[in-house]
Amino acid sequence: MDDFIAARSQMALSLGFHIVFSCIGMVMPFFMAVAHFYWLRTNDVVYRNITKAWSKGVAIFFATGAVSGTVLSFELGLLWPEFMKHAGPIFGMPFSLEGTAFFIEAIALGFFLYGWGRFNKWFHWFTGVVVGVSGLVSGILVVAANAWMNSPAGFDYVNGQYLNIDPIKAMFNDAWFSQALHMCIAAFAATGFAVAGIHALMILKKKNVRFHMQSFRIAAVFACIAALMQPLSGDISAKDVAKRQPAKLAAMEAHFHTEAAAPLIVGGIPDSKAKEVKYALKLPGMLSFMVHGDFQTPVTGLDRIPEQDQPPVAITHYAFQVMVGLGMLMLAISLCYFVAIWKKRSWLQNNWLLRLFVLATPMGFVAVEAGWTVTEVGRQPWIINGIMRTADAVTPMPGIVYSFYIFTAVYISLSLIVTFLLYRQIKMVDKLYDVSPSV
Amino acid sequence: MIYVVIAFLWAAILLYILLGGADFGAGIIELFTSNKNKQYTRTTMYQAIGPVWEANHMWLIIAIVVLFVGFPEIYTTVSTHLHIPLVIMLFGIIARGTAFTFRHYDAVVDNMQKVYNKIFVYSSFVTPFFLGVIAASAVSGRIDTGARDFLSAYIFSWLNWFSITVGFFTVAICGYLAAIFIIGETKDDNSRIRFIRKAKQMNVAAVVFGALVFWAAHSEDIPLDEWLFDNAIGVIALTAAILSLVLLWYLLLQRGKVYIIRVLAGFQVTMILLAITLRHYPNIVILKGGQYLSLMEHAGQEKTIWSLGIALLLGSIFILPALFYLIYSFQKNKGEVH
Repeated sequence: MDDFIAARSQMALSLGFHIVFSCIGMVMPFFMAVAHFYWLRTNDVVYRNITKAWSKGVAIFFATGAVSGTVLSFELGLLWPEFMKHAGPIFGMPFSLEGTAFFIEAIALGFFLYGWGRFNKWFHWFTGVVVGVSGLVSGILVVAANAWMNSPAGFDYVNGQYLNIDPIKAMFNDAWFSQALHMCIAAFAATGFAVAGIHALMILKKKNVRFHMQSFRIAAVFACIAALMQPLSGDISAKDVAKRQPAKLAAMEAHFHTEAAAPLIVGGIPDSKAKEVKYALKLPGMLSFMVHGDFQTPVTGLDRIPEQDQPPVAITHYAFQVMVGLGMLMLAISLCYFVAIWKKRSWLQNNWLLRLFVLATPMGFVAVEAGWTVTEVGRQPWIINGIMRTADAVTPMPGIVYSFYIFTAVYISLSLIVTFLLYRQIKMVDKLYDVSPSV
Repeated sequence: MIYVVIAFLWAAILLYILLGGADFGAGIIELFTSNKNKQYTRTTMYQAIGPVWEANHMWLIIAIVVLFVGFPEIYTTVSTHLHIPLVIMLFGIIARGTAFTFRHYDAVVDNMQKVYNKIFVYSSFVTPFFLGVIAASAVSGRIDTGARDFLSAYIFSWLNWFSITVGFFTVAICGYLAAIFIIGETKDDNSRIRFIRKAKQMNVAAVVFGALVFWAAHSEDIPLDEWLFDNAIGVIALTAAILSLVLLWYLLLQRGKVYIIRVLAGFQVTMILLAITLRHYPNIVILKGGQYLSLMEHAGQEKTIWSLGIALLLGSIFILPALFYLIYSFQKNKGEVH
């Protein structure tokens, strides 16, 4: 492994790790706020226990997300100094605002976690909502910074110089909205399915059924609404990408040849040398329709992109298939759930629906990682799309390979410990929260 | 607007040293407490810093964001040549932050607690040590941007006695701040006396390592005494620090008002930071061969600095009242943290 690949892997690892924790950290507070609201309204002590149990999860995930985020703010400079030297002043605006949002989140979390029985109960509830809102704002801002890398704006690039910098324009670049929307919904879907799945498993195991059932319902509703909205936001994103980053779209679709009535390629194995996709399902004209709204307009293929500017096709294509595939599965489960709520209450008593949710536990997060891979690998070889190449941004320091190995070890052990802690939290629900053993 | 940004940068660094430092110090004190008293120390510390501890570390993020947005060349030079100590410090931050949270939020209390405690106390030592190393290296004139070989570009930029002694000095300062802070959090006389003793020990350690810093600077041809004493403000700031130290010892012995003691300790650290930063202002990094990286010359373009300043001002409108209310409300009825 050479240092460049090591640097990219380390960055991918750090972001891939952080993204899970930040999603949970920004979504769970909303679940908590709902449970908390029910507790304050109904005085049903189970809801209080759910809120407390979830808040412990939030504390664990928030702390891990906070440190991995701190690490990232340094890693940008440690690994990509040439990029930060030029990009920092341009796309720094969302980061400086994010600092504020994150700070407020930390303060509100202090109030919330340590404030039981100390403050007016609605003030206490409100601090929990502030945790969620400021977390969401943080997420949007960070994604806006990433969007700038895909859709650079707010400066003039003249002879290798970055002139007339306008940080506000850079923040509101063309991609910020579609990317932030897609990411936020993804965070809700992923966290929702993960939480709902774990509680569904506990219901199936007949443990603390009432506690887990009420938890499950809150998480499942969030998850299912998000899963219904996600294809729509995905459509907006795809049209955006087609307009601004035709190379990325072509790689996502493994679309080698520019052609009219372009087919949508589902699955298959892309062969970059032969410039074809084997064993794929091709839906004629569908890609043209999805991108341009009619079945005939040609879609730019990889043949229009110079070889040295093409992203790795196979990885981007596979990641995209995984993301869309899982998105469709979650959509299907959501539809079942809503049918169950409105039409067929009996389904809710049936184990197969709960089993589906158990099966879906990791789906959202796998989709999030896959989507992240699509947007990052699909942007290659650029770090700032069309302006700076990733290879030109990397640190001159040799030996990054070792740093990558150590980071990998650290993140793997952290993941193991967090999983272990979560397992212990769930195992202890009996002792800590169960006031009504059998319902 | 550049002055607003610089003021925020300085304030963020100061607050990180004071609040984050006291926070690190909590772990350092725990490390140097006999096994018999460890549990008590831990509980008192936790009650004191639990609600604010996440917020304490935000100051580092603020400082780093100000650097990379407003002063990208300074940020990238430092992160390239001090890559190794930065990475070690980051591992310290990861280990410490997670261990602190895990030990509190592990639903089962068993032997894992020992593991969390070990990780917490050692990383509480390592992290501020390397923060000190990094800060010292930035002004030691050892960063060689033209270096061709690995050792002189990435190792000797930070590995020298000056940086190492400053690292130990930083650790001692953190322990000192924590001990002073904790005195006011204790509930019985016995532990009060114990923490006063801790504060004195840490203070002595800081003075000893401070002297060693001068020795190291002298032997490595870093004109530290010149920086500190050839200008009026440096002399005044350090004299004020020493005078307040005398007063503080008097109050410690007389068991005076705890708030005054806290303010005095904070004042000393502020004066030390003032003395060492003001002499070079606006330069904050000294490179090999006497070149500087300056907050004025190496700042970003005007619009960047302007929007950064606005963001910081806006942010502080939200952050400061909330933060004060957080600290106030948990100080008002302390000892009820569950």
